[in-house]
Amino acid sequence: MPEQVIHTHQLANGLTVVVEPMRDVQSASFSFLIPGGSAFDPVKQNGTAGILTDWITRGAGELDSRDLSNALDNLGIQRSENTGINHLSFSAASLGSNVPAALLMYADILQRPHLPEDEFEGAMSGAEQSLRAMEDEPQRKVIIELRRRCYDAPWGLPTEGCLEDLVNITPDSVRAHFQRNLRPNGAILGIAGCVDLDEVLGVVTEAFGGWATKPEPEFATAPRGERLGHIHHESTQTHIGIAYEGIEYSHPDYYKAWAAVGVLSGGMSSRLFTEVREKRGLCYSVNASLNSMKQEGRVLCYAGTTAERAQETLDVTLGELVRLGDGIESHELERCKARAKSSLIMQQESTSSRASSIARDWHFLKRVQTLDDIRRDIDLLTVESVLAYVHQHPARDFTVLTIGPNQLNVT
Amino acid sequence: MKFFQTKLANGLQVIAELNPSVHSVAMGFFVRTGSRDETPEVSGVSHFLEHMVFKGSDKFSADDVNRIFDEVGAKYNAATAEEGTLFYGAILPEYLPITFELFAEIMRPALREDDFNMEKKVILEEIGMYDDQPSFLAYENLMQSHFAGHPLGQSVLGTNESITALTCEQMRKYHHDRYLAGNITLAVAGNTDWEKIVELAQRHCGHWPAGEGQRVIDEARPQGGLKIITRPKSQQQHVMQMTPAPSAQSKLRFAAEILSVIVGDGSGSRLFWDIVDPGLAEAADLDFAEHDGSGAYLTYLSCEPEATEENLALIRGIYDDVNKNGIREDELELAKNKVSSRVVLRSERPMGRLSSLGGNWVSRQEYRSVDDDMQTLRSITTKDIRDLLAAYPLGMTTTVAVGPLESLKI
Repeated sequence: MPEQVIHTHQLANGLTVVVEPMRDVQSASFSFLIPGGSAFDPVKQNGTAGILTDWITRGAGELDSRDLSNALDNLGIQRSENTGINHLSFSAASLGSNVPAALLMYADILQRPHLPEDEFEGAMSGAEQSLRAMEDEPQRKVIIELRRRCYDAPWGLPTEGCLEDLVNITPDSVRAHFQRNLRPNGAILGIAGCVDLDEVLGVVTEAFGGWATKPEPEFATAPRGERLGHIHHESTQTHIGIAYEGIEYSHPDYYKAWAAVGVLSGGMSSRLFTEVREKRGLCYSVNASLNSMKQEGRVLCYAGTTAERAQETLDVTLGELVRLGDGIESHELERCKARAKSSLIMQQESTSSRASSIARDWHFLKRVQTLDDIRRDIDLLTVESVLAYVHQHPARDFTVLTIGPNQLNVT
Repeated sequence: MKFFQTKLANGLQVIAELNPSVHSVAMGFFVRTGSRDETPEVSGVSHFLEHMVFKGSDKFSADDVNRIFDEVGAKYNAATAEEGTLFYGAILPEYLPITFELFAEIMRPALREDDFNMEKKVILEEIGMYDDQPSFLAYENLMQSHFAGHPLGQSVLGTNESITALTCEQMRKYHHDRYLAGNITLAVAGNTDWEKIVELAQRHCGHWPAGEGQRVIDEARPQGGLKIITRPKSQQQHVMQMTPAPSAQSKLRFAAEILSVIVGDGSGSRLFWDIVDPGLAEAADLDFAEHDGSGAYLTYLSCEPEATEENLALIRGIYDDVNKNGIREDELELAKNKVSSRVVLRSERPMGRLSSLGGNWVSRQEYRSVDDDMQTLRSITTKDIRDLLAAYPLGMTTTVAVGPLESLKI
């Protein structure tokens, strides 16, 4: 792998800037993680951070909503804004030469948004309608409702909010969320691609250096929902969500946990795909993934299957999760390693995946792993070490949520 | 980036755009066969066959296929549409030979009866899965209504009935008739050598049967209409509409592409500012879809049921205004900036180049570099857009609505 140089710089106000200049690309991307995600939604106002994510781009600095959007479009900025649990995230990609100008615009968005009264209704209505649309799509809904049942609040609350809380959210409560939470201390900016290090650091220091720090706000915790549940829905398929204990991203055994899930669901030769789909034809979609957060993690699984075959699908899937503890073949682990190696190398063709990876690493680890670091960790995995992890963190005490016409039995 | 091209004796077309500065190589077999090439008795066979290809050949079992792709860490998949069936993957350059052999081998699948019966269940599950996605249901029904009587109206997935009735023998015949070397294009993008590609193609594809698939590409003459699928318990109303647009062979297609960005892109477009931004709908966009011989503008609206008619009237107003007055210079300039950035970013990955490389060749026997695309984009004028609108105005010829509404006035 070519040598990778990653620079980390912290402004006096605590904003961390991580820059990875890349060769052979014309583009550059950045990924801002700003404290103030849905975990900080006020009680009974789940959805506040989500509405702010939309509202905050509706005018900032000297530009109103439309002028701001046009200015970003004219720079060819492909952007997206997302509400996370801890952070609001703002991603942008364009030709490298346009990135300094884009950073200046995001300085306005994050520090000087207008949050105009007459644009609030639009943001609110958009949020409400996308929650309604989700009610019509059980495949999406099942994972959101599963998280509510396997994590305590606020970690398990939907980042997009919920319909019954939206009525409690007002322009003032969203402004208060902005004032209280969005701050440079704890914020991370990942930049990757065709950029000049000194130039971007100069721009960032000038544009964000004056942003005042704020104390870290508290959040309220509440117990998670019922471990087993069913939501009736007149759908063609029964949508099955299963969760069990995983580990956090910073855990020394993280890659072992990753490999264990990889054996289950890492590719089309993995166990769930082979046993549930290929050998039995029970479903089109079946998968498991490691959902690692800062303090804890879960393995989340999904399977969608027509109602009359749903019980068998659930039984076979749970059986496979448990069976992992019986043993892992060396070739299964080798395939996980090969897939990881190829993904790591291909990441170097995408400035946006590098920008988000380095920002995410800093958030979870307070350091950035190079692709070589990760490859070394993956090379060190053995069948014995992965299996030992599985024995320490066995698949059991499942949280199971189904959405569909009939309830299933969990054995 | 450098372009290469040849044709094997059996008619297989081989094209490549090579770039030594990227880390991976992407390859794809573009088979010019899709739902439009099916007869009603075998509705859904192209897509079902796409699945069966991964069940292996005489040399490789289904397990072998899944195992080998994962052993080389391939990012791979396949897709079936009205126009074609595409098998594609991206790998590190050192794994090209084994990946190539595997892909080439499974293009002549064994089509074993027991695999066929097992995979049939998966296809029926896939149909069930899409049935739970209102926007997909709307799209599927819209294609059938809009292109009724034309081959483009034939369903990609097929129905529970057609798939249940389909036999392995029918699939074997379809494969025999359609997977002919002259009906397939091999496209490669990324970091590898041309000599290696030609050698691999000759070794693994040289024996494929020659011949070309026939296809009727008359332009469709949609009659239009309204179809309402009532789902009383749904929360949102989903409406999709189609109206004729330029075909994949028309010079007007570039103008149609940029017009759809100006009028109906996900953000910063006319539909966005007038409908989505003020919160009148969750989504309101306009896309352009090109097919062999025909094309369509596709409108999508998702909103609260009671706001549907009002939103459709707003969309109608925007379309009427555009048809009458064309678009402004500043709108065109902004859309060009947006689209050129998308083109550059997508092109940085071999996988991102593959679909446009293969698509241009299959539809038009044409190679277009990223620079060609940028130049064409830059050269579009507001007059080009007016010419497009004179031939293909925006409209609401055919409508399908999925949601609680029992009636709808367009």
